[in-house]
Amino acid sequence: MLTYKFDWAIVTSGKYFDWIVSGFYVTIKLSMVSIALSFLLGLIIAIMRMSHLRPVRWFAHGYLEFFRNTPLLVQIFFWYFGSYKVLPAVANDWLVKQDFEFAAAVIALTIYTSAFIAEDIRSGVRSIPKEQMEAARSSGFSYIRSMQYIILPQAVRLTIPPLINQFLNLMKNSSLAMTIGVAELMYQARQVESYTFKGFEAFSAATLVYLALSFTITGLMTLYDKKVLQPLKGR
Amino acid sequence: MIRFEGVHKWFGKLHVLNNINLHVRAGEVVVVCGPSGSGKSTLIRTINDLEPINEGKLIVDGMDLSEKKTDINKLRAEIGFVFQQFNLYPHLSVLKNITLAPMKIRNKTRKEAEEKALALLERVGLSEKRDAYPTQLSGGQQQRVAIARGLAMDPKIMLFDEPTSALDPEMIGEVLQVMKDLALSGMTMIVVSHEMGFAREVSHRIIFMDFGTILEEAPPEEFFKNPKHDRAKQFLKQILSPMH
Repeated sequence: MLTYKFDWAIVTSGKYFDWIVSGFYVTIKLSMVSIALSFLLGLIIAIMRMSHLRPVRWFAHGYLEFFRNTPLLVQIFFWYFGSYKVLPAVANDWLVKQDFEFAAAVIALTIYTSAFIAEDIRSGVRSIPKEQMEAARSSGFSYIRSMQYIILPQAVRLTIPPLINQFLNLMKNSSLAMTIGVAELMYQARQVESYTFKGFEAFSAATLVYLALSFTITGLMTLYDKKVLQPLKGR
Repeated sequence: MIRFEGVHKWFGKLHVLNNINLHVRAGEVVVVCGPSGSGKSTLIRTINDLEPINEGKLIVDGMDLSEKKTDINKLRAEIGFVFQQFNLYPHLSVLKNITLAPMKIRNKTRKEAEEKALALLERVGLSEKRDAYPTQLSGGQQQRVAIARGLAMDPKIMLFDEPTSALDPEMIGEVLQVMKDLALSGMTMIVVSHEMGFAREVSHRIIFMDFGTILEEAPPEEFFKNPKHDRAKQFLKQILSPMH
């Protein structure tokens, strides 16, 4: 016999609903900031990875291998519990006054995801015919500016589908930030469960919100691809 | 304007340019021909350093390409290059393909660059295509846009690497016409091409290459009437035979 009594009201209104909503906002903030930063950083690492300067290329390669091949949770703990120990006291005092949990989560998510994004962008760049670079260079553009104006705009377009994946992963991975006390969606769902013992309802609510966020990200990216990028694509 | 002195180039073991000596004066139109693999494309690509030379001296517009100090981007901005496969930027409209380099490299305002681009589009007969994307154009149209893109930088030299070889026969004429007008306007041009009609009509000099060397160098009348080298005779016979 099922003795569990469902009480959906706790997650659709009142105090616990407000907790879930506030967690939802933090998850959005954490994801958006990290998505933007990881895209930028991924772009930079991708460019470094293709540099003709060997040390730069090696650095980027090491970065990729290091951050892709260690668990995200370890990285989050490192930035939160480890990194500040080597900083001077003044810096520490300042950090304590900031939202260090949030910052550590952003740093970890950004760096971790940027390694994957960089590889996606690099394979996008590699699929642009080398004649495009030749055409740009023969107009007088430097290597970097050829990348900036001609190669990357085309490559990023080709990279949209894998990028959607990385952004989705990042958003879902942001739930790990609960482990260092960032009051995001998962953290709040856990709180609700602790206070009410209504684990089924609390985590169902969290699941639905994550699903909705995923569909929103996919929808926005697909729309952007369709309306803005596809008409320009093709050869 | 362009001076090759004892230029050599190797691709691995392959000796693609073998002791090239050539002087092209300002305003001159030179057509380079020869069988495939003769080194003619490599020759033209060394002029803007798309293919660096290994030995000898190459001076273009007063700049020494064998010198490390030479600002290659500055030199390239003075040289228009037209590719066999057009190589327009597929993510940009026709107008933006033409205005990109003038705006970013010459720091022209959008207005200046667009005015110039529209004038060039009119010159190549494609004014109505300003907002089209390259994939929406025929090969001949794309190549004319590519020529306009090169001219937008006010180059001192225009290089053409088999500009009509990738085109359907009915589109070759429209591209050659644009090139002919350009030649008559006094542009310094080097054209790698098998279009012997064009060579005969507008070039000042024809260069015949094989095995990485210049075998023959003569004004068109002389080259067609009285080729000296056997390889050139054979080549002309093949290319001018009634079958073509």
